[in-house]
Amino acid sequence: MKILTANRLGDGEAVWFAKDQSWSETIEGAEIADDAAAEERLAAIGKAAFAANLVVDVDLVDVTLAGGAIVPVRLRERIRAAGPTNRSDLGKQARPGATV
Amino acid sequence: MYRYDEFDQEFVDARVAEFTDQVERRLAGEITEDQFRPLRLMNGVYLQLHAYMLRIAIPYGTLNARQMRMLAHIARKYDKGYGHFTTRQNIQFNWPALSDMPAILADLASVEMHAIQTSGNCIRNVTADHFAGAAADEVADPRPYAEILRQWSSVHPEFSYLPRKFKIAVTGAERDRAAIQVHDIGLHLKKNAAGELGFAVYVGGGQGRTPLIAKKIKDFLPEEHLLSYTTAIMRVYNLNGRRDNKYKARIKILVHETGTEEFARQVEAEWAELRDGELTLPEADIRAIDAYFAPPALPARTEGDAAVKEARLDSRTFAEWLDQNVITHKHPDYAAVTISLKPIGEAPGDASDGQMDAVANIAERYAFDEIRVSHEQNLILPYVARADLKAVYDALVEAGLATANSNLISDIIACPGLDYCALANARSISVAQDIALRVASLERQRDIGELKLKISGCINACGHHHVGHIGILGVEKKGAELYQVTLGGSGDEHTSIGEIVGRGFGPDEITDAIEKVVETYLALRKDKQERFLDAYRRVGPAPFKEALYAGEARAA
Repeated sequence: MKILTANRLGDGEAVWFAKDQSWSETIEGAEIADDAAAEERLAAIGKAAFAANLVVDVDLVDVTLAGGAIVPVRLRERIRAAGPTNRSDLGKQARPGATV
Repeated sequence: MYRYDEFDQEFVDARVAEFTDQVERRLAGEITEDQFRPLRLMNGVYLQLHAYMLRIAIPYGTLNARQMRMLAHIARKYDKGYGHFTTRQNIQFNWPALSDMPAILADLASVEMHAIQTSGNCIRNVTADHFAGAAADEVADPRPYAEILRQWSSVHPEFSYLPRKFKIAVTGAERDRAAIQVHDIGLHLKKNAAGELGFAVYVGGGQGRTPLIAKKIKDFLPEEHLLSYTTAIMRVYNLNGRRDNKYKARIKILVHETGTEEFARQVEAEWAELRDGELTLPEADIRAIDAYFAPPALPARTEGDAAVKEARLDSRTFAEWLDQNVITHKHPDYAAVTISLKPIGEAPGDASDGQMDAVANIAERYAFDEIRVSHEQNLILPYVARADLKAVYDALVEAGLATANSNLISDIIACPGLDYCALANARSISVAQDIALRVASLERQRDIGELKLKISGCINACGHHHVGHIGILGVEKKGAELYQVTLGGSGDEHTSIGEIVGRGFGPDEITDAIEKVVETYLALRKDKQERFLDAYRRVGPAPFKEALYAGEARAA
């Protein structure tokens, strides 16, 4: 199971490709690819967004579902989705209503 | 300190204009990321996990109050209210937008600062002893030579595309506080029998995945030959250094594979073509740069002794800070103060905008407008009258900067690690926090004595773990963090690379493991005077292995 992630060109904000076809600032609504064809489709979207100078550092990352929530497999990606673990006042985790 | 001349300012302003144009074209989609990436790196702009990161050069770690205030301003206006001082005596901001970079660099240029050559395969910020100019044991201030090297190496056309990055460090004292033996070139400024200044030249040291101690290839290089000889080293490296494999591209590998004697011979042959040519430094030019670094006129403040004595009796916490964070100065009425950026439980090296402003105010009022950044991620006030120490202490207390732990176990070097860094495999900050909280009692820390604990979140070793008395290296194993412990490393004039003690520890085990190492040391040291490093060198790893792993062996 994979999702598509990148950093936005202008401000470097970590973003995820969402079900509504936008680049979302949170991981929650990310579109999940659960087969090879879907992964390929996401990869192509990432490549096109990179070429269109919307995002940089595009990557497909492994995730699992825990109680319906998307949880990246690697700690690196969990930290990207939440913010620095030593500063809960910073990053996505600090936003009002954040669940990560 | 050094002040920009007209040429310096024009050069930096021109670079700001150039990079501003490059950023604008990138944001407009006129240049691709592949085209832009090397350009942004040349200007200190990285992309990390959460955002861009800007690394700003602080040449040989020296800055004034005005510059520190500008860093505070940048933290406040363009970042999230803090900055991170690094083991390269630089500062990094973790959250700036690419679109703000031109404005940030213009602000920096207005106070004679920039981010040039803080990345890329070029000669990086030249580092120096953070007590330069103040240390009682120094032969001469190493910073004028660091400044000469900075001017010479800035956008040097021949050395802008080296096989790999290149780091030079300079010390002016026998006691090496600049870790010169783990740099690509280490320079030890000293005097010969005739009283002339020159350098012992070390080459090929470094940490990373292949830690190697530098080899001395010249015992005394007269100062006027600094640039011709350095150029000879750079040419041998530039020609023969490997470009086919990034992991074998540093000069340490070339020196190691070539052999020290043969490498030195090649440098001498190259130097024979260069010496006494246009790179010879005219005496007048050296002295002109020297003049910028002349220490401030330090008026006699003989009331210091009595003032310190009285304040010491009045306040136990002041006395503790005095004992730990204040060192002897060249001038008997003065002292050099270490401002710890290691409050217990906080990220090593981080300072808030308010703290930066506070340090600037203190430096201006009490410390002749001079601040240093140490490679151990602390700040230094090199010129404080002993009579003013209590006032400085009180101001630091108010700013939350009076932690009395310099050189103690909680004075930890830690890279940003996986909390920020795109290269990291494991977190460093959280490990530093846990260990510092475990040993929080100052009484206990002082009983343990000098202990340099250094943590890196990946094998690139920005946290200098190889030269920690205790080193911790974070790796990723089967998707989880794992921490390897090394013992016996040191980054001073008796440099040694720490030895891996055994299997690694999980995030929940590492603090216990470090505590066991410390307890083992306390039980076996001859007396309180025998530091951890001395004890380790005397007894070797066996008692520590026994303490950490014996139970397992028996269980197996």
